[in-house]
Amino acid sequence: MSVEKTYAEINTKIKAGKAIVVTAEELITLVEEKGLTKAAQEVDVVTTGTFAPMCSSGAFLSFGHTKPRMKMQKVWLNGVAAYTGIAAVDAYIGATEMHEDDPLNSNYPGEFRYGGGHVIADLVARKPVKLKALAYGTDCYPRRNLETTITLDDINEAILFNPRNAYQNYNCAVNLTDCTIYTYMGMIKPHMGNANYSTAGQLSPLLKDPHFKTIGVGTKIFLGGGIGYVAWNGTQHFPSMIDVEGKELGSAGGTLAVTGDLKQMNPRWLVGTSYLGYGATLSVGIGIPIPILNEEIARYAAKKDEELFAPVVDYGEAYPSFTPGNLGYVSYADLKSGKITVNGKEISTAPLSSMPRAREIAATLKGWIQKGEFQLTEPVKTLPSPADGFTAHSIKED
Amino acid sequence: MSPKRIVLRFGTDISVKPIVYRLVKDYDLVVNIVKADVNPQKEGTMILEVTGDQSEDGLNYLRNLGVLVQNLTQEIVRNDEKCVMCGACTGVCPTGALYMERPSMEVRFDGDQCVFCQLCVKVCPMWAMEVRL
Ligand code: SF4
Ligand code: SF4
Repeated sequence: MSVEKTYAEINTKIKAGKAIVVTAEELITLVEEKGLTKAAQEVDVVTTGTFAPMCSSGAFLSFGHTKPRMKMQKVWLNGVAAYTGIAAVDAYIGATEMHEDDPLNSNYPGEFRYGGGHVIADLVARKPVKLKALAYGTDCYPRRNLETTITLDDINEAILFNPRNAYQNYNCAVNLTDCTIYTYMGMIKPHMGNANYSTAGQLSPLLKDPHFKTIGVGTKIFLGGGIGYVAWNGTQHFPSMIDVEGKELGSAGGTLAVTGDLKQMNPRWLVGTSYLGYGATLSVGIGIPIPILNEEIARYAAKKDEELFAPVVDYGEAYPSFTPGNLGYVSYADLKSGKITVNGKEISTAPLSSMPRAREIAATLKGWIQKGEFQLTEPVKTLPSPADGFTAHSIKED
Repeated sequence: MSPKRIVLRFGTDISVKPIVYRLVKDYDLVVNIVKADVNPQKEGTMILEVTGDQSEDGLNYLRNLGVLVQNLTQEIVRNDEKCVMCGACTGVCPTGALYMERPSMEVRFDGDQCVFCQLCVKVCPMWAMEVRL
C-alpha cells in the first residue's frame, strides 16, 4: 500500500513527540532491511547535513547610529572592507573579501589568512571586532570618521544571508598539467597526482531531494548551528539530472540562498577558511529536514553513495579555460574509499567537506525534531527543478 | 646523554645502508631509525635518533655527502579545537601521518609518521596544523 502524508500530519506527530525521524544514512540502512515501501510508511522525517567551504556567503550588519549621525560610505571590519552602499549604517560583509593589506597572490601561492569569512566567524564567536568607517558628511549625517570596537551583541542586527550555499553536487578536481595548482578545490598535484572532492554524498541535502519536491522558499533548516530558512534558489541554480547512456547518475547543479539571525548561530558551524593560493571563504554547516510525504520522496532520500556520482574535471586546463566536458563520472562510494580510477590511472582522493561534521548536523537536527522543538515548514513557493530545464550562460563580451 | 632527533632528506644518488653503517662504525654513534621512507625512484626521508659524543662530526659527514640534515627540535601538532575533520590534508601528507579512518571518515594524526615537511601547515584551510617549538 502506498503512503501519503501531509506536513500537518507530520507536525502533529512532532508536537506529540511521536514522529519517527532518521538521518539520511539511517534511512539507507532501514530501506536495505525493510524495503522502500515499509520504510516510507514508518519514517516521517529524514535529516541531512553538510559542512564545507561555501563561497557566496555573507552577512548584513546594521550597526546602530552614531552620535552625531553618520552616513557611512566606506566600512572596514578588522581591516576587511564591507559594502555599505545600501544605507547609512547598514553593511554587507562578504566571505571572500580579503584584508586590505593582504599580499594576495603576490607571493605565490598566497596564504589568505584573514578575510570576510573570518570576520563573520569572529563575530559569531563573540570576539571584539574593529569597526572603521568614513563618510563625506551631509546636513542630516554630519559625522565623517568612526573608529571603534564592536561585538555581535552590541550591534542592532546581524543577518546571515548566503546567496549560494549547499551545492547539490560538485566536481571532483584533478590536474592534467605538469605543475602543482592551487585552487578552491585545494592543492592539486600534476599528472593526476591526487583528486579532491567536496560533497557529503549520501548525507548531502540537495542530493536527497533532487527534484525539489520538499525543499523550497521558506523551508526551515539548521543553519550555522541555529535556525535558518531557505530564502530563494541560490545563484547559479541549474538543477538537472546526470544521465549517462540512459542511466540516471543523480543530480547536478541545484543551490540554495539561505538566511538566518547570526546572533543565534554558533562558531562551531561558521568557520573562517583559507585556501592556499586561492583565497578566503566561510565554511558553513547546513542541515535540511525532508518530510517523507510519499514513497517517491523516500526513494530519492535513500539514494546511497554507490548511486550518486560526481564528474571528474581537469582544473589544470579545462576548468580555467571554461572548456566544457569532463573525464567521466565516479561514485561517492569510490571517492570515499580513498581511490578512484580515471583514464586507467589509480588516484588517491581527499575530501574538503567534513563527513563527521555532516553526520553531527544530521544527528543534531534529528534530535531537535524528536524533542518537538523544530517543526517542518511547507514551502511557500517551490524552486525550479530539473524539469524546468534552466541552463547557464557565460558573460557576453563586446 | 639524550638522543638527538634528526630528519634526513636525500636524493636518489644516495643509498642508505652504507651511510648508517658509517655513522655507527666511524663515529661510534648509537643510531635508532625511527622512520624511513626510502624508494630508489624518488627522494628519500629518514628520521633518526642518534646518541654519541661525535654526533656533530657524524652529521657533518652526512652534509658533505649532500644529505639535507634538519634537527627535529620542532614538531607538528594538530589543534583539535580548530580541526573540522575535512580531510583536505590527507591528500597532501606524503607519509600518511594524516590519514582518514574509514568508514567514519575521521581524520587521524600519527605524529610518529610525520617527516616535518610542513605541507599540511600550508594546506589546512582552518590553520589547524601548527609548528610547535
Ligand atoms: S585539513 Fe586541517 S581541518 Fe581539515 S582534517 Fe586536516 S587538519 Fe583538520
Ligand atoms: S608535516 Fe604534515 S604533511 Fe608533512 S609529514 Fe607531517 S603531518 Fe604529513
